[in-house]
Amino acid sequence: MTETSQSLFQLLFWILVFPGFLFSAGLGLIVSWIVRKVSALVQWRVGPPFLQPFYDVIKLMGKETLIPQDAQRIVFLGAPLVGLAAVLLLSTMLWRITIDQTTFVGDIIVAIYLMTLPSLALILGSSASASPHAAVGTGREMKLVMGYELPLVLAFIVVIIKSGGQLSLAAIAQQNPALSISGMLAFLVALLCIQAKLGFVPFDMAEAETELGSGVLMEYSGALLAVWKVTQAMMLVALPLFLVMVFLGGLNADFLSGLATPVGTLPVGVIVLLVFLVTGLLARFCKYIDILFLLSLIAACILAGLGKYVLIVVLIILIKNTNPRVRIDQAMKFFWFYCGIALAVAIILALVGNTYGIGWL
Amino acid sequence: MSWKIWSLKKSPWVFHVNTGACNNCDIEIVNLLTPKFDVERFGIKLVGSPRHADALLVTGVVTAQAAPRLREIYRQTSKPCVVFCIGACACHTGIFRGGYHVVGPVDKIIKEIDPNAIIAYVPGCPPKPEAMISGVVKALSTL
Repeated sequence: MTETSQSLFQLLFWILVFPGFLFSAGLGLIVSWIVRKVSALVQWRVGPPFLQPFYDVIKLMGKETLIPQDAQRIVFLGAPLVGLAAVLLLSTMLWRITIDQTTFVGDIIVAIYLMTLPSLALILGSSASASPHAAVGTGREMKLVMGYELPLVLAFIVVIIKSGGQLSLAAIAQQNPALSISGMLAFLVALLCIQAKLGFVPFDMAEAETELGSGVLMEYSGALLAVWKVTQAMMLVALPLFLVMVFLGGLNADFLSGLATPVGTLPVGVIVLLVFLVTGLLARFCKYIDILFLLSLIAACILAGLGKYVLIVVLIILIKNTNPRVRIDQAMKFFWFYCGIALAVAIILALVGNTYGIGWL
Repeated sequence: MSWKIWSLKKSPWVFHVNTGACNNCDIEIVNLLTPKFDVERFGIKLVGSPRHADALLVTGVVTAQAAPRLREIYRQTSKPCVVFCIGACACHTGIFRGGYHVVGPVDKIIKEIDPNAIIAYVPGCPPKPEAMISGVVKALSTL
C-alpha cells in the first residue's frame, strides 16, 4: 500500500468510523436518550427505553420517503445531506483536536461556519418543501439564526481577546476563560445560543409542535427525516464539546484511558460495564431500576473524563425542562438587546483585563 | 419478520386526526401521554405531521366536511401505516348513524382510496386509555 492510499484510508477511517460518523452518531443518540429520559423523570413519567433513539432511526430508514408534489426536488433531497456533512466534519475536527492536538490557525472560524451550516441547510430544505407550515417555521428559523449568531460570535471574540489573539482551538483549549468575569458572561450567553442552535425549549419556535405541526421538518419523511434526526443527535455531541473546548479548557486528551484506572482489583471500565449489564437486564423487569442505569451511565462519562461535557448537557436539559417556549420577537429581543449588552460589557472587561494584566476580569 | 416491521413495532409514532368527534375521545388520547399511562415507555410518540406518522388515530364520525381531509391525510402518511378508529363513532358512526352530515364510518372512507389499508378498531364511548394501548399492541402484533 502506498503512502497516499494509506493516508487516504486513515482519513476515511477518521471521518466515517472513530471520531467521525459511527462514534459521534452513536454517542449523540445515547445523549438524546438521556435528554428524553431526564425530561420524562422531571415530568414524573417513566420515559423511553435505552435503545429508543436507535429504534426510531432504524424505523425511519425503512419507511416510505414522500416528496411533496410542488417541492423543489434537488434542494429538498440535498439539504439533509449538506447538514449531515457539515456536522460530520465539525465533530471529526473537534474530536481530532481533543485526541491528538491536530490543529491549524483559524480552525475556530471554520468551526463557527460549520456550526451554522446545518441551520442553513434546514432553512433551505424546509423552504424547498412548498408547505405553508414549513414556511412559517423557516421564517422563524431564519430570524432565530440572525438573533443568536451575533452574540455567539461576540462570545467567542471575548475568548480570543482573553487568550491574546489565539485563533487555533488547541491553543484556546489550553486555558480556562470561564474562571473570569468576562469569560463567565460570555459562557452563559454562548450556552443559551447553543440551546437555540439545538432547537430546544425555550427556543424551539421553529419546530413548535403545538402550533406548526413540526414546522421546518413538517414535510420530511422516511430516510430523509432519519438523516435530520441523526444530524440533530450529532449536534448534541459537537456543540457542547465546542463550548467545553472554548470556555472550559477542553477535555482531557486521554479521556479513554480514564476507564482503565483500577479501583481495587478491577478497572473502572469493567465495573461500570458490569453495573450497566445488571441494571440494563433488571430494567426490563423493575420499573425504577433504569434510573440507576441512567446514573451509572452519567458516572461512566464523568469517570472517563467527560465530566465537563456532562455538565453542559445537564445545564441544557435543565433549561429545556424549566422554561416555556418564547415568541420569536421575545427571542430576538433577548439575544440582541440583553445578550448584546452583556457581551459588550464582557468585551470591555476582557480588553481592560488584557491591557492591565488582570486575569480575573 | 423483516427489520422494517420489527422497528415499526418498537417506535410507532402516532398522529391524531379529529373527523368530527365530540372531543371526549381526544381527551382520552391525550390522557395516554400523562404520567399515569406514559406511552413513551413503548416508544409511542405523538407527532405533529402525518409525514412522520406510523399510525393515524382517527376519532369521530366522518362528516361531509372532514372526509376529503381524512383522505388527504391518509395519502400524506408515509407507508406502512396503521389506521386506528378510536371510539364508537369512528368504528361505526355510533348514535349519529343516518345523520345528514355523516358520510363515514372511517374504514369506508379509507378503503375507498386504499383497499389494502390496515385498520384497527377500538370501540367505546370514549374508550379507556388501557383499551387504546391494548388495541395498539394487538394491531401491531398482527403485522
